[in-house]
Formats: sequence, structure tokens, C-alpha cells
Amino acid sequence: MPDGNTGIGAAVKRKEDRRFLTGKGRFTDDINRPNQTFAYFLRSSVAHANIKSLDTSAALTAEGVIAVYTNEDMEGVGGVPCGWGLTFQNGDPMVEPVHPVLAAGKVRHVGDPIAVVIAETKKQAKAAAALIKIDLEDLPAVVNMTNAVEGGTLVHEEAANNICYDWAIGDKDEVDKVFDGADHVTSIEIVNNRLIPNAIEPRAAIGDYDAVSQKYTLYTTTQSPHLIRLLMGAFVLQIPEHKLRVVAPDVGGGFGSKTFHYAEEAMVTWAAGQLGRPVKWTAERSESFISDAHGRDHITTAELALSKDGTFLAFRERTLANMGAYLSTFAPAVPTYLHSTLLAGVYTTPMIYSNIIAVFTNTVAVDAYRGAGRPEATYTLERIIDRAARELGIDQVDIRRKNFIQPDAFPYQTPVALEYDSGNYEATLASALKGADVDGFEARKAEAAKNGKLRGLGYSTYVEACGAAPSAVAGALGARAGLYESANVRVHPTGSITVFTGSHSHGQGHETAFAQLVSEQIGVDIENVEISHGDTDQIPFGMGTYASRSLAVGGSAIVKALDKIIDKSKKIAAHIMEAAESDIEFEDGTFKVAGTDKSMGFGEVALAAYIPHNYPLDVLEPGLEESAFYDPANFTFPAGCHICEVEVDPSTGVVEITNFTAADDPGTVINPIIVEGQIHGGVAQGIGQALLEGCIYDDNGQLITGSYMDYTMPRADDLPSYVVSTESTKCTHNPLGVKGVGEVGTIGATPAVINAIVDALSELGVTDMPMPATPQTVWRAIQEAS
Amino acid sequence: MSEFNYAMASSADDASAQVKGTGDGSLIAGGMTLIPSIKLGLATHTDLIDLAGAGLSGISVEGTTVTIGAMTRHVDVASSKEVVNAIPALSGLASGIGDPQVRNRGTIGGSVANNDPAADYPAACLGLGAMIKTNDREISADDFFAGLFTTALKEGEVITSVGFPIPERAAYVKFPNPASRYALVGVFVSDGPMGIRVAVTGAGISGVYRESSFESALSGAWEPATLDGVKADESSMASDIHAAADYRAHLVGEIARRAIAASV
Repeated sequence: MPDGNTGIGAAVKRKEDRRFLTGKGRFTDDINRPNQTFAYFLRSSVAHANIKSLDTSAALTAEGVIAVYTNEDMEGVGGVPCGWGLTFQNGDPMVEPVHPVLAAGKVRHVGDPIAVVIAETKKQAKAAAALIKIDLEDLPAVVNMTNAVEGGTLVHEEAANNICYDWAIGDKDEVDKVFDGADHVTSIEIVNNRLIPNAIEPRAAIGDYDAVSQKYTLYTTTQSPHLIRLLMGAFVLQIPEHKLRVVAPDVGGGFGSKTFHYAEEAMVTWAAGQLGRPVKWTAERSESFISDAHGRDHITTAELALSKDGTFLAFRERTLANMGAYLSTFAPAVPTYLHSTLLAGVYTTPMIYSNIIAVFTNTVAVDAYRGAGRPEATYTLERIIDRAARELGIDQVDIRRKNFIQPDAFPYQTPVALEYDSGNYEATLASALKGADVDGFEARKAEAAKNGKLRGLGYSTYVEACGAAPSAVAGALGARAGLYESANVRVHPTGSITVFTGSHSHGQGHETAFAQLVSEQIGVDIENVEISHGDTDQIPFGMGTYASRSLAVGGSAIVKALDKIIDKSKKIAAHIMEAAESDIEFEDGTFKVAGTDKSMGFGEVALAAYIPHNYPLDVLEPGLEESAFYDPANFTFPAGCHICEVEVDPSTGVVEITNFTAADDPGTVINPIIVEGQIHGGVAQGIGQALLEGCIYDDNGQLITGSYMDYTMPRADDLPSYVVSTESTKCTHNPLGVKGVGEVGTIGATPAVINAIVDALSELGVTDMPMPATPQTVWRAIQEAS
Repeated sequence: MSEFNYAMASSADDASAQVKGTGDGSLIAGGMTLIPSIKLGLATHTDLIDLAGAGLSGISVEGTTVTIGAMTRHVDVASSKEVVNAIPALSGLASGIGDPQVRNRGTIGGSVANNDPAADYPAACLGLGAMIKTNDREISADDFFAGLFTTALKEGEVITSVGFPIPERAAYVKFPNPASRYALVGVFVSDGPMGIRVAVTGAGISGVYRESSFESALSGAWEPATLDGVKADESSMASDIHAAADYRAHLVGEIARRAIAASV
């Protein structure tokens, strides 16, 4: 290890923070192209309507306006594609309506883009958009999913009963038989509330076209530049990939919402080609609310069959999953392959059945949002188990422990396709119990009661599946892309290293963590390692960052490339030191000949590779640069236990989180500061869903929570100081043993919070709590129970 | 943001004359409501007449009255030793308005003239029986607040200061809207030369109002128990996704009770 350990496990501060904390980040909106123009989208202010007429003539002659485009101008431009195809239970393909870049004859949600104005300044474009005359014939809005699937008004003519697909996993008849014979059945109805992602940086995109090279460049706030290049180039604009460059510069948070290909990206790129000038678009925040893909939005009915001693015998559920008005890139996979396959949880439940009905509504498209399906699955499981324990009079910890998959049962094949590689659920449970001082809870509860406050304790033991994904498996499940990751490790002649990674960093700290991998394996300090990401011109084809995959898949690709670097270096060292390759040992950045004091540093080997004067040129090419593409053998399965303690004021319904304990297993920890930061952020969002956030549409499809005046974001004073610990069990199938940590916070936290509130109010007869558990909602539950 | 002419006023009378002379002009104080409104396109004005140089800020305590100049910022009221000593409920209220950036710019005159139904200062004015002084006359708080975003001010009339009679005891408790952190229910109670007053902001459908049923009850005994289980009249409560009328009516009673507890 170099002095000042910067390898695996080192708590080094993030390199990228220097520019982020001093305002020197370079985000898409910071980029200005010569002679650029500005785009402003005219968006629908109603949820569902036929466009009877559209008159852009006044806008075209407004000051500074260069062009106004509507769907009619875009012949030859394809629709925004969906990247994952699912099927109905009978094998029919899902209903996949065209998603035009600009509304074609109909608007289907508030925010649906109708036209785009391109002008010399943003102000002029916005002013001109107000001059566009549009005549809309209102249609009834389809908002409530339960009503939508009854038929009536259709969001898309080709989707009968507004159903995109009706999918299932498990043997329904066999599962029903177990239920019929069970001692006890617990049931629950759950609404997993819709969330608006709200990354701190709104989306932006700049399209640029160079007529001389006939090459397009798109700068965009994306988590997955190659994916955008592929989807947009192949399906929307028919631009061959060698003529299309996508650059994702610094991106201010994504949480999944910036993974998808959006219409605005295609629009600015196409328009730049039409006009021969760059076209720049930056969303206003209120525009983000009605155009960024939303998250969650499930209505679930679930049942758990148990024996009277609390053993889980079977689980079944049916979910209506909102797709919104159009299919976003990953949307169909979220409630199915990222949700239903997690319904075993950390438990040995042998029989599981899940039926998912995906529904179109006149709302913004819904797609993956931090956790993407796994928070929904964990929420259902942890809430129904909490309820079952209460019904049977079994302790919350005991009922979970009783059904845990034991450490010696791995690899564990669940009844819902996934095979978990490793885990120790007892270890994180024990760590959390200690960190939460569960033993002292009764005393704290009694003390609070003296002040008229009600304290409760809520548990959540979860597992999740991330590190997406084995390509063959994903393909068999309907993914229309592979899910490997790429790495190119370029050693420079004087020994410093640049790593080009197909992963993208928009808050994850890859520039530091990935450099630590190199530091560990090569023995150089991270200051001598540059991590390059985001530019498709520089980086081999990768699939981007989401689904907590970057360390497991991207990091493994880097390790594989480093293996090749070391392999070649050994050959060079062997030649120079006149030894057999098998006698060369590499440690701490130095190549040694075993049993001698002959050695050479990595830097010397690098120089030799590029100035190959004493070099085995007859059998080895000069240079020291290697690539690897890593396709994972399986998903990875982080797990953990979250315990939340709340104090409820029954006279106002205000819930205070007094303690929050998270014990998580992310596999090998590369940088403990980054891991802790990920857990803090994820838990904040998980608490946000439980107590504060909730996207609300009225019956006319108007977005009521259209700004921060009504959409409640978690703030620092809403949150306690967390007690965080990690208990690692290594992933068995990637070279680093890492499992991922980006989403465990949102997955584990939400049910712990709601279970705690139910616990606090159980003495008042409250048995359920909708989300978000705002003061009004809590107060009302108390009134209704009494 | 649409274009406007900008001018500074040298005094309240000058401001009044200038704004009356414009087509569709407005006075601007701290701008914490006006500027966002203009940016969102909710308000358009041909002219903005700035009161910053009109000599209207300052705090003085004379005998039984705390007088606060209309252009005095919330941060200055919150940190004023004189206000803290004389009416700590008032400085406490100012310290809870918005956030630090808002408090560094927002003014009492602006807040009172705007009469946002969820603003804090109107509750203090009504709750202490304040006198609102303009460049033309004096208007008592009881006569000043006329409905949502509506006051007794005439066209071009400029608030110059607000005089607060010093009470024997007073408190303000604010139950914030979780998203906006405006008052979902804010109750200002006082007992003093202006009698027993319970002023409620955030909750009523017509804006700030006095909860006279509570005032009558408190004339019996000024203690929290007097308000145990009381609530406001549901039919006069505002209702939105954060608080329906029944919850708001309940909160008015609960927060008033807490205000009495805080005042003793």
C-alpha cells in the first residue's frame, strides 16, 4: 500500500468535492456553445384532450424567434422508445403505444410537450410560446387506476381497459392451496405513494450539429450516455452511432430519473441539425415536476399465510402499477422483474404468487426511482409481517428471525427466480438492535407518555437485488439491451493512469472510489489516477449508472482490465529482469523476482512499455492499455436491518423521528465515507416517502403538488442523526465481493418508519397508516380508530 | 419577467404620489412576495416604486407602545433588544418568518399591506390590537384586515409604521405547513390594554381573524385548561391537501391552547 492508504477500505475524502463545493462544477447548463439558440417547450396544461388546431404563426414572427416545431414538422422522426418489453400471461406482447417526441393529435398528461419554440434568447422563446394558439377538445381524464382498468375513457386506443400488460410469476393454484389450508392469513391493502424525483439539478440538454464532419453532439443531464446514444440514434433520429456523440458532464443527482431517454434530448438534437446552430434547453423547476419521470405509484393487495407459530407458508399479491401516459425506458420492468422477484425478502417463504397489472393514466410517465420496485416489495412485506406479528401476538423481531434464510443456506434459490449468493441477516439485525438501544425503549416510551407523547419502534429487514445484470437473464426477461459494463485502463508512459469507465458519476463519488480500486491493485496513489466518464467519444460502450450497479459491474470491469495490465506488466518485468514470468511477484506497486533482491517499480515498467528498447517485441506489443467488458454472473443482494423510533404527538399528529438505526450489508466496503453518505441520502429519501413526499393529482389530472409550496421535500430538521453500521458478507461472484449500497436506504427505511408509527398508535386502535404520514393523516387515523 | 420602470421614493408621501401617478405601478418593500409573483407571471406592473430610501425603518419603545417602522426587516425585529424586552412574542414571531434570506429582506409593512392569509404579522397586529399608521391616517388592526390579500388601504396609501401596545402577557405559536412552512395555523394570544385577544392566521377562509369564542372563555381563566377540547367553527376554515377543514378547526383550538401555555 502506498503511504496514506488510498486503496480498498480507505476513508479518503472525495476528489470531486473540491470542484462541487467551490462552485466549479461544469453542469450542462454551464456549457455554452458558440452561436447557440434556446428552446422553450409549450406543454399541455390539461390532462387529456384532442388537439383540434394548432396555430404557430404568431409565435413564428415574434421577436428573436428562429423556428417553431410541432409534430407535423417531424416526419421521419421516430417515437421515444421503451427499452424493456414484457408480455401478458398468455404470451401476448405488452401494449406499446407510440410515444411521439411532440404530441401528435392528442395530449395525454399535464406537461405533455406540444410545440417547441427556438429563439435567440430563452426569454424570447418563452414569450413567443405564449403566442401559440391551441384549440383543445377536453376529454375525461383517466387518473384513478382502479377506475382506469374498468374501461371507459382510454388513454391509448390500443390499450383495452388502459392495461399495458397483465403479468404474473408463481403458480397461483399451488399457492392458493397453501392459503386454503393455513392456520392464519393476514391481509393488507397498500398504496405505495407516487413520488417526484427532484434531483437538485433540473434536466437540461444541448444539441449541436457540425456540418463539416456531419456529426451530432448532445450534451445532456443523463446517467447513461451510451444508452441515450443507442436509443436516440437508432430509434428516434436514425443517426449512426459513429456520427453521434453524447456527453454527460457533471450531473447534479439523478436517482434514476436521469437514466431514461427523454423527448427533449431528441428534440434539441434534431433541431440543431435542422437549424445548423446549437439548441439549448434547461428545464424550469415547475417544468421538471411535469416532465421528469415520477416514481413508485402502486396499489397492492397482499396476503400472507402463516402457521400459528408464525412460520410463513405462502405469500400472494396483486398490484396495479401506474405507467403514466407513455412508457418510459425501463418502466415495464420496475413492478415486475425489480419488484415481484423480491417478494421472498430475507425469508424462507416457499410459495409465492404475484400478479402485476400495468396501467396507463393521464399522468406523467412513471419509471425507476431510487430503489425502483424493491422499495415497493420491501414495504409490502415488512408491513404485512408487522401486521401478522400483531395479529398472532408474536414479537416483531422473533417473527422475522424465525423465518430468516440462514447463513448456511446460501446460495439460496428463492421461489421467485432470484438466487441469492450470500448473506447474514442475523448479523445486521443484531447490529441494528444494539445501535437502536432496543432494550431501553420501554423506559423511553414511559417517559414520553408522561408528556402525552406516544413512542413506537418499527423494524424493517430487507434484501434487495441490484448490480444489474446478467445480460442473458435480462434479455430473457425482455430487456432490449445488455447489462455489462466497460472499462479501459490507459497507463501513461510516465506511470499515471486514466480509467475510462462506462459507469457515470452523478453523486456516487466514482472519481474517488474507482481510483481506490486502481490504487489497491496497482499500488499508485489515487492522485495519480484519473477516472474519466460521461463522453461516448472517449469511453467504450457502457450501460451507465442506476440499479446500484457501478461498483459491482463497472468496478469489476476495471478490476478485469487491471488484471490484464498486471499480466502484461509481469511479462515486461520478466524480460527486463531476465527472469521467468512465473517468478515475478507484484506487490505494493513493485515487481520482484522471487528469491532475489531484484525489483522494478510499476512506473519503470510503464515507461518501458512505451519506450520499448529493452523489450520482448517479438512476442509482446508495446504500450500498456487494456479494456474489459464485464457481464455479471448474477444480480447482487445487499441486505440489512433498519430500526426507526418515533414519537407521535396525538393532539396534532406530528411524528418526530427520535432515532434511526441502519445496519446494512453492502458487501466489501471500498470507501466507508461514501458508503455512509449513500445510506444517509437513501434513508433521507426513504423517510421522505414515509412522512413527507406525495405527488397528488386531482380527478381532472391536474397536478396539485406542482411546486415546493405543496410537495414536501425532506429538510435537515426533519431528520435525526442516524446510527449507521455495516456488516459485510462478500458477494461470491464478482472479484471485489461488492454488493452495492446506493438504494438500500430508500428500500429499508420507509417500512421501518411506518411500522414505528403503527406501533406508537396501536394502543389507540390504529392498525394502518397511509403514506405520507403527514400530521393530518396521522391525526385522522387516530380519530377514526377511536 | 416582464419589464418595468424603477424609481426610488424619498418619503412615504413621495412614494404615494409616485405610485398614484403610474399606470399600473406598485410599491416595493422587501420584495419577498412581489418579486416571485412577478417572476411567476402572477403580477405585472408598469412601475415599481422602491421604499428602501424613504426613511421608514426603525424601532422605538415609548411608554406603553412599541413602534416599528414599516420598512423594518424581520431580522431586525427578531434581534431587537427593545422588542425582546417589551414584547418577546413579537420578536419570536419575526424570528420564525420564512428563512434567514427572507428575514434579511422582508419587512413588516410589506407583510401587513399584503395580508397573505398565512402570514404571521397580521396575527400579531390583530392579536395585540395594533395601530397601523399610514401617510394619511391611523387604522386599528380590527378595521384593517378585510379578507384574503385585502386591507383597508386606499389606492396609493403607504404604511409608515405599526404601533403595538405592550401587553401583560402574550405568545405566538405557529404550526407550519410541512411543505411551504407558512403558518398552517398560527395563533397569537395576548392579555393587556387591548383586552383579551386570540388572533388566528393560516386557518380561516377569509384570512386572519379573531376567535371570539376563545376570547370569551379566557376571560374566565387565562390558563391552557380553559381551551381544552375547544375548536374553531369548521365552516369558516380553509381546506387544502395539507389540512382539511375539520383538522384545521381542531388545530386552531390545540395551537391556541399551546399559546396560552407559552404565555404564562
